[in-house]
Amino acid sequence: MVVDKVKIRSCIDKHEGRKDSLIAILQDIQSEYNYLPQDALRSVAADLKVPLSDVVAVATFYRAFSLTPRGRHTCTVCLGTACHVRGGPKILEEFERRLDIKSGQTTPDAEWSLETVACLGCCAIGPVVVVDGDYNAHTNIRHVPNILKKYQRKDAR
Amino acid sequence: MRTKRIKTVQAAREVIAEQAAFRRTEVRPVLTVSAGTCGRARGSLKVIDSLNRSLKAEGLEDKVVVKITGCHGFCEAEPNIIIQPGGLFYQKVDPKHAKEIVQETVVARKTIDRLLYADPQTGERTAREKEIGFYRKQKRVVLGDNALIDPTSIEDYFSIEGYGALVKALTEMTPEGVIQSVKASGLRGRGGAGFPTGLKWEIARKAKGDLKFIICNADEGDPGAYMDRSLLEGNPHRVLEGMMLGAFAIGAREGYIYVRDEYPLAVKHITQAIDSLRKKGLLGKSILGRGFDFDVHIAKGAGAFVCGEETALIASIEGRVGEPRQRPPFPAQKGLFGKPTTINNVETWANVPLIIRNGADWFAGTGTEGSKGTKIFSLVGKIINTGLVEVPMGITLREIIYDIGGGVPNGKAFKAVQTGGPSGGCLPATHLDLPIDYESLAQAGSIMGSGGMIVMDEKTCMADVAKYFLNFLRDESCGKCVSCREGTQRMYEIIQRITEGNGRRGDIELLEELAQACKDASLCGLGQTAANPVLSTLRYFAEEYRAHIEDKRCPAGVCTNLIRYVVIPEKCTGCLACKNSCPQDAIRGVLRGVHIVDQEKCIKCGACLEACRFEAIETQRDEAIRIESEGIQ
Repeated sequence: MVVDKVKIRSCIDKHEGRKDSLIAILQDIQSEYNYLPQDALRSVAADLKVPLSDVVAVATFYRAFSLTPRGRHTCTVCLGTACHVRGGPKILEEFERRLDIKSGQTTPDAEWSLETVACLGCCAIGPVVVVDGDYNAHTNIRHVPNILKKYQRKDAR
Repeated sequence: MRTKRIKTVQAAREVIAEQAAFRRTEVRPVLTVSAGTCGRARGSLKVIDSLNRSLKAEGLEDKVVVKITGCHGFCEAEPNIIIQPGGLFYQKVDPKHAKEIVQETVVARKTIDRLLYADPQTGERTAREKEIGFYRKQKRVVLGDNALIDPTSIEDYFSIEGYGALVKALTEMTPEGVIQSVKASGLRGRGGAGFPTGLKWEIARKAKGDLKFIICNADEGDPGAYMDRSLLEGNPHRVLEGMMLGAFAIGAREGYIYVRDEYPLAVKHITQAIDSLRKKGLLGKSILGRGFDFDVHIAKGAGAFVCGEETALIASIEGRVGEPRQRPPFPAQKGLFGKPTTINNVETWANVPLIIRNGADWFAGTGTEGSKGTKIFSLVGKIINTGLVEVPMGITLREIIYDIGGGVPNGKAFKAVQTGGPSGGCLPATHLDLPIDYESLAQAGSIMGSGGMIVMDEKTCMADVAKYFLNFLRDESCGKCVSCREGTQRMYEIIQRITEGNGRRGDIELLEELAQACKDASLCGLGQTAANPVLSTLRYFAEEYRAHIEDKRCPAGVCTNLIRYVVIPEKCTGCLACKNSCPQDAIRGVLRGVHIVDQEKCIKCGACLEACRFEAIETQRDEAIRIESEGIQ
């Protein structure tokens, strides 16, 4: 992955190059590239004058960051307590079977990334599955194929 | 929109009075539509579009106000509309109802019966919000305003006397006076531990140094709790006003809001609120000309539960890995960037303007001896009326779960309620009459925590729940302390083997020993309380653990290794529901014939159990095997 130095620069400048804005800078880079490319981490370390190890430590400590490219669609299954007691794990398993990947992975065709979250705070409508920012309420195992199909169809159009 | 800056106390009073009068004299009908994250997930934005279109079609767009508000708390009834004046409450509204609502209710002033809330047990319909069982026992002093205001409009917040408490503090009170009020009110931290807020402020006020910080902890990480999200989404100015009062009291000039990135709408609304404050000149140098300087920034979390711990949170705002550090020194002495810092949770901040406006006595008039005021709980899980409930401290669990929550759905029996998130515990039915306050919950082996309340029924396995929390905690442990890093991992492994049917004699004792070590030797709250879900389930549900270990049986029918799905021939009506639901095509059978589960193909996903309306699916393994062998003969 070749990163655009100008883009990275603008992400850093937006936060006035402050070291304490490292997390915010990485969040901006990630929303640009959908993951954190290695070269971007190197640029950030050099520009902020912090050791690369510190940047990598932050990038790997927080769950929101990914060091590998993510799929075109991101499917996030909520595994909060309320979703858990209402069958969230079974729904995750069904997504894993259908997509043939484990949670945290991306399909080989780079279409889907499957992720989990510990709670989205909409427990009332659980189990919740979020695809590309759209919330699916009261899901159950039988909805899984339709949820996937909906996005494949959108693409075909 | 006017962006006239408010430079003096007099100007602020005028704006508040003007907006309040504007609200009082509003003669047009107001349709308030709940549009928090949950409401939006249920389509409330489409309802709003549709309402606006219908109003336009009738030529009423200037004669009716459609107000987009935050969450009204009754998540089960989303999307809902409250029609003022009168407070008519329509629930589960669909875009296709919009035309009817406009023509029938707005124009002809008739009530549409089928959109009213119906009691799930009696089917009785209730017209007004306040008469609904879910709302009757609540005391919604903090959350109630969500239903009145558009969270993106600072004018709307003025109209409910918003920032009036700030004006009062800046003109009539000293910083010490504000602290004294908060102390006298008895307000304790709503984030979990319940430390007295006034005392916390006093320590920070007395700390040496001219640069001090305040932080709003909006890293609501406890799975199953979402009151902070709802407040930030639905009433961000209330939180900001609380922070300004706190900053004035302790002498801080800068504040941070540390908010979860998983809450996009909350981030958006709090950002907008800060922008409008800035445009009004209510942030910056000498606010209202009273020599009080204050500014506030947003720091977004990046998905780490441990960052709810105050020292880890500070590390995260400083751009570092979110690892807690040794205390003392406490943040009140040495916090953000090494300066004295006060950290309070969203709900705590949101209570402060009410205390300053209405007085400490008013606040202390609600609650119990040691726990004053109200508390917001998120009532979720196996409960009929899911939602955010705000109740006076001292109310019993039974009142919350049955009177407000409506009890457990589908005729199932109540088994336990989990409070306090991963640091809390599970309380059984024998504790239903427990009055809720900080002390009583702690005595019972749980904690208040941030207010998550997850109801569990007979189909919830307590060993599985303990496993769930341990899995969460081993993942979220930052890894600094061995006792927590290894302790949560080993406890998880033990419970995992118990739930897989490989539990050994002595496992329970080993769990208890590890739990104690984890509690004693960990640095922060995460590790110190990590064993609570295990200890509380062992304390109240030891039988269930023994069934897993000794009989290799999961009485709740949850642990997949210990269960087997079969169809009970006597109960099966041959309706095909289970067959059609099976993702593996593992169920054979024809219409009106008894169905059979192919055990080779079955992946134990539970879809058939969910689909069957005749309780014809057996999950207990021994019983299932007996049924199968009889079938073969």
